[in-house]
Amino acid sequence: MDRKEFIHHMRRWQKGSISRRQFLGVTGLGLATAVLVKAMPELLAPRQAFAGDLGDRVSLSTWPNYHDPKNFEDFTAKTGVNVEVNVFGSNEEMLAKLQAGGTGWDLFVPTNYTISTYKELDLIEPLDLAMLPNYDPASMEKRFVEAGMIDGKTYAVSKDWGTTGYAVNTKKISEKMTSWKDFWDLAMGKYSGRAMVHDYQLTTIGNALKYYGYSFNSIADKELADAEKLLLAAKPHLFAINSDYQPSMRNGDAWLTVCWTGDGKQMHRDLPEIEYVIGKEGGEIWSDFYAVPKGAPHRAAGYALADFLLTPAVNAKEVQAHGYPSADARTNKLLPKELLEDPIMYPAAELLAPLEFGAAATLTNPARAEIMARFKSA
Amino acid sequence: MTAIRTSAQVERRARWVTALLLGPSFLWYLALLVVPLAVVVVFSFGERAPAGGYQAGFTIANYLNLPARSAAFRNTLLLAPLGTIVCLLAAYPLAYYLAIKASPRLRLFLLILVIVPFWTSFLIRTYAWMFILGGRGLPSVIEWLGLGEVRLINTPLSVLIGMVYGYLPLMVFPIFVSLERLDKRLIEAAADLGSNPWRSFLQVTLPLSAPGVITGCMLVFILLMGEYLIPQLLGGGKVFFIGNALVDLFLQSRNWPFGSAVAMSLVIIMLATVTVYLRVTRRYGAGRDVSLL
Repeated sequence: MDRKEFIHHMRRWQKGSISRRQFLGVTGLGLATAVLVKAMPELLAPRQAFAGDLGDRVSLSTWPNYHDPKNFEDFTAKTGVNVEVNVFGSNEEMLAKLQAGGTGWDLFVPTNYTISTYKELDLIEPLDLAMLPNYDPASMEKRFVEAGMIDGKTYAVSKDWGTTGYAVNTKKISEKMTSWKDFWDLAMGKYSGRAMVHDYQLTTIGNALKYYGYSFNSIADKELADAEKLLLAAKPHLFAINSDYQPSMRNGDAWLTVCWTGDGKQMHRDLPEIEYVIGKEGGEIWSDFYAVPKGAPHRAAGYALADFLLTPAVNAKEVQAHGYPSADARTNKLLPKELLEDPIMYPAAELLAPLEFGAAATLTNPARAEIMARFKSA
Repeated sequence: MTAIRTSAQVERRARWVTALLLGPSFLWYLALLVVPLAVVVVFSFGERAPAGGYQAGFTIANYLNLPARSAAFRNTLLLAPLGTIVCLLAAYPLAYYLAIKASPRLRLFLLILVIVPFWTSFLIRTYAWMFILGGRGLPSVIEWLGLGEVRLINTPLSVLIGMVYGYLPLMVFPIFVSLERLDKRLIEAAADLGSNPWRSFLQVTLPLSAPGVITGCMLVFILLMGEYLIPQLLGGGKVFFIGNALVDLFLQSRNWPFGSAVAMSLVIIMLATVTVYLRVTRRYGAGRDVSLL
């Protein structure tokens, strides 16, 4: 068929004088499509098999640098479900979006201290563990999963865990840094204009509290006032207040930053001079979870995605990509030895001991929210 | 009966047609502008719920608390007008050259150069500026030239540069349009009557391009007042605008009532400034079409 004839048929189809089926038949496009489908069964066959159950898309809300994109591709190839990823900077932001409603999320990644709040606000559903056959509670390290259990029901299943320390570019900073006191003193002193802190009250205020040796979770007025004073004094010396600190650290604009395990691991992997420090005064240990919001539009696909990512073989690939340790013994068995011995991912016991899990009260405390806002708008 | 209608009937009918045609846009205006604004007003007098959000109540505490965001108001009220003025100073000569001096072919080429960036995502263009102003960009060139070490990114200056870059086309186009419409014989007439070029610019060209200048300034100023992205990306979270304060109040502190009060103040400040601006400039724009207003 020549071009003119093809256009003629297409116009007829557009005008409605022939049906789509006729158009595909006459032009040969239908046959071409059928041949294409036969040639690539792995692409389209599962789609047909799952189409009825899962639909064609799933919406995941998560954190930056937190997954292996290849795993999403594999999931799509296996089920025909496309993964739409939304990235957030803080749990507060995630909570606010869900509270406002109409997010369209099917699966999201809350942190330990938020789960009770989500449950109280009736924003998440108790999980149907029958739909997560690859999740095995028995193989999980207890302290990292218990925040997901409320009144004996599982509201969220463990994704992975980590610590909040700071990253230092040792090519630029010669001092041996070991504490939060070092971090703040050098950020305000010798390395003025080179430090970054999170755009996140929990960690930024928490680690300012650690400067004085107070609890990371403190909501005591006097202690918070001290932390605010430190933050306001530090602000003119900071390079930026931003949770996406990898670009600035990698290009050398920033030399030290408050940092989560996996970001520390990812930067250290590519630039060995960037080291990760856990303040000896303590700070935060945390665990992240998968949860399903109430009214998820593609609920089954959300469960399927969580189940897929929790499959030990898949999860091991996730861990290798994002550099956060897993709480799942089955996954850890599949990891190379050097990861399990990595001091960034699995710090020494004496560094882990003083770390605290964030508390729900810390997250929702209005005084802390207001201090962070005053710090940022100062 | 003949179909002759009285003028009153014709008028009544015309009024009906007008109402019918305006109906949809009126409903649109009501549903998407008036109602949400009313919600914001109600929220601004409410209280923050314990876990964040809104809780019914009546208090003016949110308005009394506005000074707690004075830095955001100060940054916005300084940098938005400054950005508008710099835009105007940069755009006028360009628009003048485009409309009056450039040959038609060159004009088309230059216009395309002004428009093309609009086809790329604003976010990506702002990210590009992060690299240009970041340590490995312009500052390293300045250092290489031996002009000393400078810090550009995450300063008020980088925010200003980003704002002027982002909104310049919105200033160029209205001025270009009003200058292009200008009857060039008027300038010739001024010259014939003995006016030097500078004087005819001041007395003929500039007043006749006033509608474009007014429109451009309004467009740029209003958008800059609500700017969020540029301070966030080029200010590193340190040069805080009202827009950033709003996002923070709604998403991080989850203090919706206070956020609503800040939003209302922004609306009021904008209405007041724009009204004053229009009053002052009315005598230049009077009797001419100030498009988009």
